[in-house]
Amino acid sequence: MSFQIDFGNEKSPIVGIDLGTTNSLVAVMELTGPRILSGIVPSVVSVTETGEVIAGADAREMLLTHPERTVYSVKRLMGRGVEDIQEELKLFPFHIAEGSESTIKLKLGEKTFTPPEVSAHILRKLKLDAEAELGVQITQAVITVPAYFNDAQRQATKDAGRIAGLEVLRLVNEPTAAALAYGLDKRKEGLVAVYDFGGGTFDISILRLHDGIFEVLATNGDTHLGGDDIDNLMLRIALEDIASEWGFDVSTKSDAVQLLRRAVISAKEQLSFVPSATIDLAYDGKTYQREITRELFDKLVAPVVERTLGPCRDCIKDAKVSVGEINEVVMVGGSTRIPLVRGAVEALFRKRPHTELNPDEVVALGAAVQAGILSGDVEDKLLLDVTPLSLGIETMGGLVSKLIHRNSTIPASATEQFTTAVDGQRNVLIHVVQGERELVKDCRSLARFDLKDIAPMPAGFARIEVRFLIDANGILSVTARDQRSGKEQSVEIKPSYGLTDEQVEAMILESFDKAEEDFSERQLREARVEADAILAATEKAKQNDAYFELTDEERAAIERGVNELLVVYHVSGTRDAHLLVRAKIDQLNEATQTLAENMMNTAVRGALKGTNVNG
Amino acid sequence: MAAHGAAPHKMIFYEAFGLEPALAIDPEELKSRFYERSRQWHPDKFSRASVAEQQKALEMTAVLNDAFRTLRDPVSRAEYFLKEKGFELSKEAPPELLEEVFELNMALEEMKEGDESARPQLIEARDRFIAMRDSIDAALAEAGARYDDEHGLKSVPPLDEIRGMLNRRRYIRNLIRDVEHVLPN
Repeated sequence: MSFQIDFGNEKSPIVGIDLGTTNSLVAVMELTGPRILSGIVPSVVSVTETGEVIAGADAREMLLTHPERTVYSVKRLMGRGVEDIQEELKLFPFHIAEGSESTIKLKLGEKTFTPPEVSAHILRKLKLDAEAELGVQITQAVITVPAYFNDAQRQATKDAGRIAGLEVLRLVNEPTAAALAYGLDKRKEGLVAVYDFGGGTFDISILRLHDGIFEVLATNGDTHLGGDDIDNLMLRIALEDIASEWGFDVSTKSDAVQLLRRAVISAKEQLSFVPSATIDLAYDGKTYQREITRELFDKLVAPVVERTLGPCRDCIKDAKVSVGEINEVVMVGGSTRIPLVRGAVEALFRKRPHTELNPDEVVALGAAVQAGILSGDVEDKLLLDVTPLSLGIETMGGLVSKLIHRNSTIPASATEQFTTAVDGQRNVLIHVVQGERELVKDCRSLARFDLKDIAPMPAGFARIEVRFLIDANGILSVTARDQRSGKEQSVEIKPSYGLTDEQVEAMILESFDKAEEDFSERQLREARVEADAILAATEKAKQNDAYFELTDEERAAIERGVNELLVVYHVSGTRDAHLLVRAKIDQLNEATQTLAENMMNTAVRGALKGTNVNG
Repeated sequence: MAAHGAAPHKMIFYEAFGLEPALAIDPEELKSRFYERSRQWHPDKFSRASVAEQQKALEMTAVLNDAFRTLRDPVSRAEYFLKEKGFELSKEAPPELLEEVFELNMALEEMKEGDESARPQLIEARDRFIAMRDSIDAALAEAGARYDDEHGLKSVPPLDEIRGMLNRRRYIRNLIRDVEHVLPN
């Protein structure tokens, strides 16, 4: 006999995903609170020599053996153009493919991938891990992004989710997610600062917690500042050392650099706990050893830490609060383990920061809480986030006219009137930018919106009302209306960076079917394992005396059960094949129930007899 | 744009809060309505609803947020109120400030060219402008309350007066910004 726990209507859960620069994690909200599923997945993707794409820990190993077929820290490339990443290219072994003008393409072995496709492989790995652990298919997710991510970077993250076969219900800012994980206690009130210093990005957010509402007052940051930068500083020193010690430069040998990088990271991590650590490298029969003291490390890291303090001060100012009013400071991200970082934060905010939750896990946990809010499981919490950057349009002379200011609560909107400058003009082009500077060239170009098919009329007569709307994900949409006709005005979007909708669709088609297939195949495999077990058990039971005590009818039912299970066992090619197998397993289970009970009774009788003999 | 005249005019930012248009608003009342309506309309509450409902939630929340941003600040609230009543603000310098602005610009130029001797004058000017701004804010609050009480009887003169204050304030705000740009801290 078996008991089955009924979880009610089995909705597949929404997972929370922290898609990090260095590591990624997936979590889910449960009755007892958010829980991390499986383990940390290194944000590394590699293409094997047989052309298979792998992600996670296995791919990280490939970084040492096949660095040219492997990519890490791809988050740094999300939503960016080739001209943006020239600095990154000096420090990271990104293999940029030909034809990367509008969208970056990375070459891994024989294949090329856009950054969202690489991220999609990491997401796919997380999705599969979560499915394996939960035993249900995952189709919806909340994914976190750095608070200071711009529109293109957010869009690229959303695209990655879609390519991986996930409906991204919400992008949540990482520091805000962390605040959710920390502030689960509903009684928590007051001002909280979240200092989030991860592998590749830095964010600072200040929130007001009030009666379950998490209201972000201001956010600031740097999307290209993180532990990676510290690694690169140490790496440079070690490379110079080696060049003078060994008499040749190993910086062109990518396998040596990756080995050294790993040694540097290990030393960096140790230095958070011990006063001195050694960078060790053995390569090509030679060895290199270099001791790094905490003192030297601090000196090296100080300028990087200093770069986080400016955004903190700006954020406090923008939030219109004083340092003294801030009740709590929360630390997020692996780089906050560094004592110098903790010291600097404590000095700036004049209070000891919270480090109770694992800084690597807190963002994923918060993402799971937000998933719970969206599913309705968490009812008393609400997140009110802001847009990190001002949104504006280009006006005469390359100037920016701001429409939505930074730190505006999202969703946010603005409406602007446009008209024509020339008689009979049919199009108006609107250039939308993001940033704080006054000149277009100093801001980030988001997209050009082409108002098309305007009815011909004298210059200045057209009345087109354009609405700019930033949704709860921080992503912009634009709609336009011809005020004279009252009709919707058609708008063609030309994103400045990233993929068009058509490109994303094509990538989804390529991968989504495969994801579905992957899942049902695994389900089928699992069902067959179970079928094997019950078939074997039944076969064995047929040798038991209890089998011969059954009625003819009961024996016939068991035979039928076995045969029918064998018939469906090899069915494949349909998505629901595993369901068929399971149905027949259940049928056989039922048919063998009396047999199982009789066998149990015989066994118990035997055991009792045995006791008597011995006793 | 012409004035809207006497016809009752709906102001969507006030409507978003279920409030009657007024120049003076209790900030605590506004904030509690904001939280209450956010809980009701935020898109997070509609993630499993139909596309049409999701769109409506997005629209409602966007307007609520835009409205909160505008109404919680007395100056932007007054600017919105006047604009909806058909009063346009001007960008012209208030005539009584012209001479002072001329001298200020001279000092700013000197400072930008590295002449430190202008610093005390700029600090003094900044402090004076900040004092002016603060006294306008106080006068604005007073005039707003007066308007709310009396607007049924004689609405035009106080609104004109308030527009004058807002013009002056906007101009002074820009002056403060210019000085602070040159004088960090």
